[in-house]
Amino acid sequence: MSCLQIIQDYGLRSLGIGERLLPKTDFTLCHQFTLIGSGMLWNIYFGIVALIAGFFLATALAMGKNATNPVIRKPAEWFIFVFRGSPLFIQFFFGYFLFLSLKKLVPAFAPFTDAWIGALVVLFFNTAAYSGEIFYGALRTVPKGESEAADAYGFSGWKKFRRITWPTTLRLAWPAYTNEAIFLFHATTLVFFSGFPAWRQQGDALYYASYFAEKTFNPFIPYPILAGYFILLTLIVITVFGLINKRLNRHLPQEYRRKIRLRPRLIR
Amino acid sequence: MFPYCTDPSTLEGLTWLSCYLTTTKHMMLFYSLGTVLLLLAITAPVALSFGFAGAMAAKSHIAPLSWVGKLYIAIVRGVPDIAFFLFFVIALDQGFEWLRHQIKCPDWDQPIRQGNDFVVCAAAKLPLNDAPQWVHEVYGFSLAVLTFSIVFGAFAANVLYGAMRAVPHAQMETAYAYGMTRRQAFWRVLVPQMWVYALPGLSNLWMVLIKATPLLFLLGVEDIVYWARELGASKTPRYTDYPHPDWRLWYFLGLLVFYLSFTRVSEIVLERIMRRLSHGQATAAGEAMRRAEA
Repeated sequence: MSCLQIIQDYGLRSLGIGERLLPKTDFTLCHQFTLIGSGMLWNIYFGIVALIAGFFLATALAMGKNATNPVIRKPAEWFIFVFRGSPLFIQFFFGYFLFLSLKKLVPAFAPFTDAWIGALVVLFFNTAAYSGEIFYGALRTVPKGESEAADAYGFSGWKKFRRITWPTTLRLAWPAYTNEAIFLFHATTLVFFSGFPAWRQQGDALYYASYFAEKTFNPFIPYPILAGYFILLTLIVITVFGLINKRLNRHLPQEYRRKIRLRPRLIR
Repeated sequence: MFPYCTDPSTLEGLTWLSCYLTTTKHMMLFYSLGTVLLLLAITAPVALSFGFAGAMAAKSHIAPLSWVGKLYIAIVRGVPDIAFFLFFVIALDQGFEWLRHQIKCPDWDQPIRQGNDFVVCAAAKLPLNDAPQWVHEVYGFSLAVLTFSIVFGAFAANVLYGAMRAVPHAQMETAYAYGMTRRQAFWRVLVPQMWVYALPGLSNLWMVLIKATPLLFLLGVEDIVYWARELGASKTPRYTDYPHPDWRLWYFLGLLVFYLSFTRVSEIVLERIMRRLSHGQATAAGEAMRRAEA
């Protein structure tokens, strides 16, 4: 069987398109590359959707934590504390069983027991909490002078936030936020190992990599392939975020611009 | 556990709960909490020494050694750590068996990888096929500890490498000016001073390590996640004296609270240590403390 044929059969296997059964014997390198790459689609989907949705909640959380009114501040503080203080792995399990129980009470929750939306919700809350803390830190380090200058020019309320405070916050937070984004993509590999079932063996990249390692009893091929895919993904994320960083800093003189340093923050 | 627990079907409310929570299986759950603490207690120092070795290698003036150190630091980042956990457990196991195979059965003539099998001679098996159950468990746990140490050693190496570079260079130059050799300056000037720079990173790492402990489940150790799933699943009266519906939600809520309080306590303790270490140091925190006292 040619490699092109394998790609046609298994290229979209993780989405349920193509061959129904996974290969059982005769695993070629092409099989492994194709299926693990096919699984990457899930990682990319989880990462991008959670990141974009989480960005807005994170902004709200950062503002909430920075608020003087305790009715707003306390919930934001607790939300961030709960999601940053506990392992993501346990959060996934807890989320899955929570949705399972809710499903019995309210049938509308039935889709949430599937990974594509249930795990996404957990990842969304989790990344919102981590980025919320980053944005909060940045919000507190916005130079006092900028705020005073905005006051002097007659900015106030929403307009001041939108035009002055928020752009500066983003600019300050962006290097740390880049790491959070890289790290979120890495965290997506946990999904199918934590309660959420892989429906009809449609899993993510790590799911297929561990499938091959189990079947061939040889971890030295599938895991390096997975690593290669993730390094590629990391490089793409860095490039995209670097471009945004450039745009955020476009008004600054060259030497003041903040470079992004690659420092992914491990496990959550 | 308690004398009144002999007939659970007659019990109600809190007495039922007290009996339920002290069954042999629940004791296994509490015992596995001990496993988590044991893992942390062993992994933290081992990973720290791996990290120290890695950082020393990366800082070395011998080029190949420095490459090895930097590669060790770089390779564990950029790739999801769970992949490393899954990889190392099999890779280490096969590595050890292969080594023993080379030593114990030198006249073995068949290939070790036969298709999809990994075959070593019976004497090289780890643990041996006739070993008692506890040896299997200890071996599995040791592999997990080693895996954790390798992965977290790389993270620690990165932190320590940064801390070594954060020590003011003038300090080292002064040491050389006083005639210290490279080795002397490293051990007497650099190492004692680097800890205060390393501590924020290391305490962050400790938090991360705590939060990584449930991954033991993926390494095949019967840890708290395993028992929470096991005990929480719905039980019918046929198999147990304490029938209940699906309670896994509550068990995982319990684990969530356990981890939250654990990280919170660690945070408070680490803050105290940081205060103590910053005292009298030439850093911003030390300066702030000096001002506050004056």
